Amino acid sequence: MSESNIALMSHLMRRAGFGANRDELERCVEQGYEATVEELLDTSNPNNMPDDLIRRYHVEQSELRDLAGSAAYWMYRMISTESPLEEKMALFWHGLFATGYAKLNQARSQLNQVEMFRRSGLGAFDEMLLEISKDPAMLVWLDNQDNHGDAINENYGRELLELFSMGIGNYTEDDIKECARAFTGWTIGNAEYMSVRAYKDSIWPYGRIAWHFDYREEDHDTGEKTFLGETGNFDGDDIVQIISKQDATAEFVCTRLFQFFAADEVDEQGSRCIAAMKETYFESGYQIRDVLRTLFNSEYFKSGEARFARVKGPVEMVVGAVRMAGSHQTPELGIERVSNNMLYMGQGLLQPPTVEGWHEGVEWIDSGSLVERVNFAGKELSDVSSPGIRAIIDRLASTGVGVLSPSEFADGCVDLLGPIAVGEDTRSVLVDYAGRQGDLDLRDRQPGDESEQRVGNMLRLIAATREYQLA
Amino acid sequence: MTSNKREKGLIVIQLSGGNDGLNTVVPYGMGEYYDSRSTVHIPQDKVLPLTDEIGFNPSMAPMKSLWDEGKVAVIQGIGYENPNRSHFRSMDIWHTAEPDAIGAEGWLGRVVRDLDPQGENVLTAVNFGRGLPRALGCPGVSVASVGDLETYGLFPDIEDEELRMFTLEAFSRMYGNVAGRDPVMSLLSKTGQDAYVGADILRTAPAQYSSTVEYRSDSLSKNAKSIAQVFLANLGTKVYYTQHGSFDTHSGELLTHAQLWEDVAGAVGSLMEDLGEHGRENDAAVLIFSEFGRRIKDNGTGSDHGSGGVAFLVGGDVNGGLYGQYPSLQEAEQLNGDLRPNNDFRSTYSAILDKWIGVDPDPIVNGQFEQFDLFRN
Repeated sequence: MSESNIALMSHLMRRAGFGANRDELERCVEQGYEATVEELLDTSNPNNMPDDLIRRYHVEQSELRDLAGSAAYWMYRMISTESPLEEKMALFWHGLFATGYAKLNQARSQLNQVEMFRRSGLGAFDEMLLEISKDPAMLVWLDNQDNHGDAINENYGRELLELFSMGIGNYTEDDIKECARAFTGWTIGNAEYMSVRAYKDSIWPYGRIAWHFDYREEDHDTGEKTFLGETGNFDGDDIVQIISKQDATAEFVCTRLFQFFAADEVDEQGSRCIAAMKETYFESGYQIRDVLRTLFNSEYFKSGEARFARVKGPVEMVVGAVRMAGSHQTPELGIERVSNNMLYMGQGLLQPPTVEGWHEGVEWIDSGSLVERVNFAGKELSDVSSPGIRAIIDRLASTGVGVLSPSEFADGCVDLLGPIAVGEDTRSVLVDYAGRQGDLDLRDRQPGDESEQRVGNMLRLIAATREYQLA
Repeated sequence: MTSNKREKGLIVIQLSGGNDGLNTVVPYGMGEYYDSRSTVHIPQDKVLPLTDEIGFNPSMAPMKSLWDEGKVAVIQGIGYENPNRSHFRSMDIWHTAEPDAIGAEGWLGRVVRDLDPQGENVLTAVNFGRGLPRALGCPGVSVASVGDLETYGLFPDIEDEELRMFTLEAFSRMYGNVAGRDPVMSLLSKTGQDAYVGADILRTAPAQYSSTVEYRSDSLSKNAKSIAQVFLANLGTKVYYTQHGSFDTHSGELLTHAQLWEDVAGAVGSLMEDLGEHGRENDAAVLIFSEFGRRIKDNGTGSDHGSGGVAFLVGGDVNGGLYGQYPSLQEAEQLNGDLRPNNDFRSTYSAILDKWIGVDPDPIVNGQFEQFDLFRN
């Protein structure tokens, strides 16, 4: 099994999933790259941690009312799923159609939205837009319950065009108004009461009742509308169809997917890749699954250009380290101690700061968040009692006779955590560090003894490298 | 990197969960208070009177002493129009100074950007606690967030001090090399150095510190002591932030609320005493706020989310006294069973920004607001 195949597979799994350990990578290389892409795109069997198990430990994750517990509930799914792309896509849509707890006070409705992202996240984009336009959390988040036939509220209409589909500069202020008119009457059941409920939130814990979509025909503006050059008695469904067929929409959606999965910055080769994704978008009838297939199988994605060309987001950082360590595989009390780290690093699940979502890429990095990233990943990866770390030690021990020189020791760890492409300057520090107590002798090791802990220490330092901050 | 000058600082204490303003500054001279609060009230004879109408909660003795010395401004009826009773949304509003839209930048983050546009001092603002409050969040602005000053920094889980030092040294070497790398690697290097240096400097603060003041043992007092240590180390820090709670007293309020105010008043009292002992009490202004107050009527043993809270500004240079109006409890004056706020929190922010920190308040608070005369000089 060639090293380059492992490196490529490791790249694919970091992007389409949350990274993979060496056993998983070897299995994937065995079945081949394209077969692995197909396996990732098939999200029919997530086989994640079951609810009945979770609820034995977490009352709060049964109700799913409070924010911290609900975020932890989603994290359990991310760390246990066998369909990582399904969660990665849900995270993508959560960042794009960013809906925040702050205004809603309704974590359950947000998790319902996330479930919708799982259900429809790899399907056709027009269907996704229709789903999000009917999503109760979104309706309240962007005030569409206040969008009436005789008095429009533009909030949803505007963000649908600006942030969710086309991007600024591709429509007029009039288009926004006409769009808003078409979505009048799209509201939630018992809207007057429910929005007061969300707004007041004053008799917690009696104020949580499930929201559902409601179409009020009598509140819908049935008049003629002119939207993006087309005229008719449009309803929201028609608007979604008109939006989905725009070139600007294809450009917007494919670029966002590219930046989330391939590279933070779009260069010339990246633009060509996006052009190919757009072609698939139209040919397939806006199927996101097909667009992703084009991306993952593209030469650009597989090339060196795309490797480590993204800054790991906090969710990727936390879930990636946990999955690599193989820790937290069963429910545990106080799991928020783990999930809260995403928030400390700047990406609390279910609480994007604004409708714009998170500012990603280099904006993940500041001195506070970097300390949190290094300390969290370091702690997870240095725990030699975790099964994933034990597997790494076992593999190192089977190198040659089980005695590793400092460079074998450092290179072996860098390889097994990725492989990660570390610069020569970083590598020389790692090798010096590895040599602190001479050669690493793993022949007579006992679980948790000093020789094993040296491996944990090495992994901790690798988690602290600049290169580890990249995906 | 740091100025080593004696700088004025703003210390913010956030009371999370919605502090019951009515049981903090108690309107013991208003009959409607006792009519509305059949159980959850402070008896007249227990109140620490400020005037013959209102007085402090009995747990606030250290604050009362500071009041008597003229160092406490009580900002009554503070809030914003159309009060929002969601914890998160209302706290966001206070953090971003943006009541109508969802704001992206924290007001104190903007302050840091104004004061230190090049990011030369990584300690211009320091948060004491895990996770950054949105008030301090602003793209491109680095803020140190200190969970525990004694162990702050990288690799706190390494117990062996020699190994930890060895690991830190490796970290410093790895992040020391900036030249000729791509922009992302450069940014990572610079940020890593900032984090390393910031932690290094911060760790010197407890070592330089000596004081006869004994702080209480609760978490707020621990943070207040850390604030004093950093303040007295003259690291160029202008903004200190911490929080305490939860003030979300839907039930069993009297006991919980009293305990919380013992903590807050005790921490503020010790902090001012400590700064005073070092001749620095005129250099600090402590802002104490909460996202909202609570309803006028109690709900049995607690109270629900309301509006029209109270904020405090404490310091040697603070113009002690009452600001704003105590909101009327009369039914006709109420706002759906709540106190009606009569002054915008951004007025208080503006005065602090203008008179204390010395930056233009308008772009930070998103508008122009009339200022109270909160400072002596």
